[in-house]
Amino acid sequence: MTESNTTDDQHAGEHEHHGAPKGIMRWVLTTNHKDIGTLYLLFAFAMFLLGGAMAMIIRAELFQPGLQLVEPNFFNQMTTVHGLIMVFGAVMPAFTGLANWMIPMMIGAPDMALPRMNNWSFWILPFAFTMLVASLFMEGGGPNFGWTFYAPLSTTYSPDSTALFVFAVHIMGISSIMGAINVIVTIVNLRAPGMNWMKLPLFVWTWLITAFLLIAVMPVLAGVVTMVLTDKYFGTSFFDAAGGGDPVMFQHIFWFFGHPEVYIMILPSFGIVSAIIPAFARKPLFGYASMVYATASIAGLSFIVWAHHMFTTGMPLFGELFFMYCTMLIAVPTGVKVFNWVATMWRGSMTFEVPMLFALAFVVLFTIGGFSGLMLAITPVDFQYHDTYFVVAHFHYVLVTGAIFSIFAAAYYWLPKWTGHMYHEGLAQAHFWCSLISVNVLFFPMHFLGLAGMPRRIPDYALQFADVNQIVSIGGFAFGVSQFIFLAVIIKAAKGGEKSPAKTWEGAEGLEWDVPSPAPYHTFETPPEIK
Amino acid sequence: MAEDMPLNLTKGVTEVSGRVYDLHMTIFYICCVIGFIVFGAMFYAIIKHRKSRGAVAANFHESTKIEILWTAIPLVILVGMAIPATSTLIAMENTDDADVTIQVTGSQWKWHYRYFEDDLEYFSVLATPRQQIDNKLEKSENYLLEVDRPLVIPINKKVRFLMTSDDVIHSWWVPEFAVKKDANPGFINEAWTNVPKPGIYRGQCAELCGKDHGFMPIVVIAKEQADYDQWMAEQKAEQAAVAEEEQRLLALQMSEQELMELGEQVYLASCAACHQPNGQGLPGMFPALRGSPMVLEDKVAHIDIVLHGKAGTAMPPFGKQLALKELAAVVTYERNAWGNDTGELIQASDIQSRRNASN
Repeated sequence: MTESNTTDDQHAGEHEHHGAPKGIMRWVLTTNHKDIGTLYLLFAFAMFLLGGAMAMIIRAELFQPGLQLVEPNFFNQMTTVHGLIMVFGAVMPAFTGLANWMIPMMIGAPDMALPRMNNWSFWILPFAFTMLVASLFMEGGGPNFGWTFYAPLSTTYSPDSTALFVFAVHIMGISSIMGAINVIVTIVNLRAPGMNWMKLPLFVWTWLITAFLLIAVMPVLAGVVTMVLTDKYFGTSFFDAAGGGDPVMFQHIFWFFGHPEVYIMILPSFGIVSAIIPAFARKPLFGYASMVYATASIAGLSFIVWAHHMFTTGMPLFGELFFMYCTMLIAVPTGVKVFNWVATMWRGSMTFEVPMLFALAFVVLFTIGGFSGLMLAITPVDFQYHDTYFVVAHFHYVLVTGAIFSIFAAAYYWLPKWTGHMYHEGLAQAHFWCSLISVNVLFFPMHFLGLAGMPRRIPDYALQFADVNQIVSIGGFAFGVSQFIFLAVIIKAAKGGEKSPAKTWEGAEGLEWDVPSPAPYHTFETPPEIK
Repeated sequence: MAEDMPLNLTKGVTEVSGRVYDLHMTIFYICCVIGFIVFGAMFYAIIKHRKSRGAVAANFHESTKIEILWTAIPLVILVGMAIPATSTLIAMENTDDADVTIQVTGSQWKWHYRYFEDDLEYFSVLATPRQQIDNKLEKSENYLLEVDRPLVIPINKKVRFLMTSDDVIHSWWVPEFAVKKDANPGFINEAWTNVPKPGIYRGQCAELCGKDHGFMPIVVIAKEQADYDQWMAEQKAEQAAVAEEEQRLLALQMSEQELMELGEQVYLASCAACHQPNGQGLPGMFPALRGSPMVLEDKVAHIDIVLHGKAGTAMPPFGKQLALKELAAVVTYERNAWGNDTGELIQASDIQSRRNASN
C-alpha cells in the first residue's frame, strides 16, 4: 500500500526525548499508544483470570445440590462481582487495548490523538477495581445485588460497601468515556491522507461506532449509580415507591445504558473477525459497505430495545409489542454480517491458523447466541425464559464465545506484530481446542437447565437439575484451566521464538502489516500515503 | 430424580402455556433451518475451498442483488414469527372477566396470598428442612420446591393474580401456567391463568431478591370446584378456631419451658435465616440479637419491631404471619437464649396489648 516510514535510526537524533524510557516509570508515565495498549491488554487478562476465579467458585458451589462451600450471601457477591469484572474489567479494557495498539497503526497515525488523557484513562482503572474487590472484605460484604443492581435491593437492602461500588463504577465510566473520546478524535483527525471513510478498516469503523455508543450511554450509567447512591445515603427516593419514586424506573434507566452496552462488547468483535476471515480466506471481505451500514443500524437499534430485558416487569401491551418488534429487527443486520462472513469464505483459499480457528468458532457460536437471542425477543416465550439459565446460556454464548473468542483471535492475529515473534503453534492449537470443547460443555447444557425451569442466581437447586449442573461445572473448570495455556503462549512469544516478518500472514491486508515486526516504538511519524 | 429433567420447555397445562410452547418450538425450528443452511454453506466452504486442496481464491466481494435478498428474506421470516407471537401476547395480557382474584405479595423470603372474594389470607414459606440444605439429611423428592401452605385454586376458572411486594422485587413464576410476573414494591401487576386439570404445580421466585432468592418456592394446588369449596370452608373454620384460641390465650400464662420450646421452633423457621441460629446476625447485614441492647433492655421496642418490622430495612413485619402464641414465644426465646438471660417471659396478652396500642 505504501512505503513505510517507521525507521527509528534515521530520526534517532531528533526524537531521543521521547524514546522508550526504562524501568517502571516507562509504564507509569507512558503516553505511547503501544505501551498503553499493552497495559490495557495485560490488565484485562489479569481481570479475566480474577473474574474467572469467581466463576469457578460459583460453579464449585453449584456442582451439587445443597450448600457446601459458600453462604448464599457470598454466592450473590460472587455472581455480582464476576459480572462486573468481566464486563468492565476484562472485555471492555481488552477491546480498548486492541484499539490503542491497532487503530493508530491501521489509519497511519503516529499515536492516539490525546496521549496524556490516554495514560490517565488507563491508570484510573486499577484503582476502580481495587476499590471494587476491596469491598468484598468490608463488614457486610461486597455488592450482592447482581451486576444489574436492581433497586430497591441495591438501595434500601444493600450492604454498606455500596458506596465503594458506586464510586468504582463512576471511575470505570470515566475511563471508558475518555477512551472513547480518544478513539473518536483519533479516527476523525489522524487518518493518513487518502484514507477516506470507505477505506477505513472495519475494526476502525466498528470501534468508531462503539465509541459513540460509549459516550451516549456511560453518562446514563453514571446517573443511575448516582441515584442509587443518593437513595441509599441521602434520603432521596428515585426508586422508592413510598417516597413517590418507582423501582421499575431504575430498570428503564439501567437498561437504556445496559442494552447498548452489550453491543459495546460485541461491535469491535465484528471488526476483528472482518479482518481475520478475509486474511485467511485470501479473499476481500464480502460486502464491506453493507458491513458498515449493518454495524451502524445495530448501534442505532440498540437504543430502542432496552425494555426487552424487562418484559415481566409489567409493561403495557403496546410497549411489549413495540420492544418485541424492534428487538426482532436486530436479527436482520446481524444476519447480514454473518452471511457476509460466510460469503467471504465461499470460494476462498482457506487456511486454518489459530486466529482463523477462533474467528470461525466465533461465527458459529456467536450465531447460536444470536438464535437464542431471537427466541428471547419473542415476548410471550420470553416470560418463560426470563431470568433462567436459558438467558445465562444466551449471553455467555455472545460474550464468551463471541466477544472473548474474538479477543483471542485478535491476540493471536496481532501477537507477532506486538512481540516480533510467532506464537508456539502447538500450544496455541491446544488452547483453541481445549477452549472450544470446554466452553460448549460449560454453556450449551445451560440452555436445557433454563428450559427445564432453573432460575439464575440461585446458590442451590432442585434435585432434577443435579446431573446437568455437574456437567456444566466440569466444563467450567476445564475452560478455566485452558486459559493458562493462553498465558503460557503469551509469555513464550514475549520472550522469544520464531521471528515474524513485517507481514505475518500471507493474506493479511492493512497498514499495520507495512511496519516491521515487532512494531517500532514510533510508527508513521510522517503519514503514509494511501493510494 | 435427575433423570426426570426435561430438556425442553414444558408444554404446561393451560391453553396459553400450550400456545407458548408451540411458539417456542416454531421459532426453534426456524432457527435450526437457518442454522443448517448458514453453517452448511460455511462448512462446505471450509472443506472444499481450502488452500491445502489447491483452492484458488475468487475475487468477488459484493453483490447488491444478493445483499438485498438476504436482508429482505429474514424480514419476511420475522413478520411470520411476529404474527403468532402478537396474538399469543394479547391473549396472555387479557386479565378481564376473572372468576377468582388472588393478591400475591412477595417479601424476603416468603409469599403472601390473599383471596379477594373470600376472607382468607396466609403466608407460604419454604418447607424443606435446613438440615437437608446443609447436607445433613437426605434430600426429599421435592427438595426446595415444597412449601408449608400451598396456594389453592379452582380448576376451569379464570384466576387473576395481582402481584405486589413488601420490600424488593420478586417474580412469581409457575412454568406450567406460563405465568411469570414481577412483584414490584408499591405497584400492582396483573396476570391470569385457567387451569384445566387438578394437580400440584411448582415454581420458584425468578428475580434476584437477596440472599434467600433460591429458597422461595411456589406451590399451587388446583382442585375441582367442589374440593376447592370444601377446602375454603375448612380454611375459614380453622381461621375462626385460631382466632378463638387467641382470645383464650390472652387469659393464659404459658410456662417458661413451653415458651422457650415453641420460641426456638419459630425462631429457627422465621428468624434464623437472617439473625443466624446463634443469634449473632451477619455483621453489616443483619444485626445481632445476642447481647443487643434492645433485646436486653427495651421490651416494648422489641415486641414492636417483631410485630411491625423496621421500615427501610430487611426486617419484615411478623404480626400477621405468626400467631399470638408464636410471637410471644419467639420474643421470649430471643430475650432468654444465647446468654441473653433477661428472665422475662412474654405472654400472648403482652403482644396483644402492643398490637392494640399501635392500632
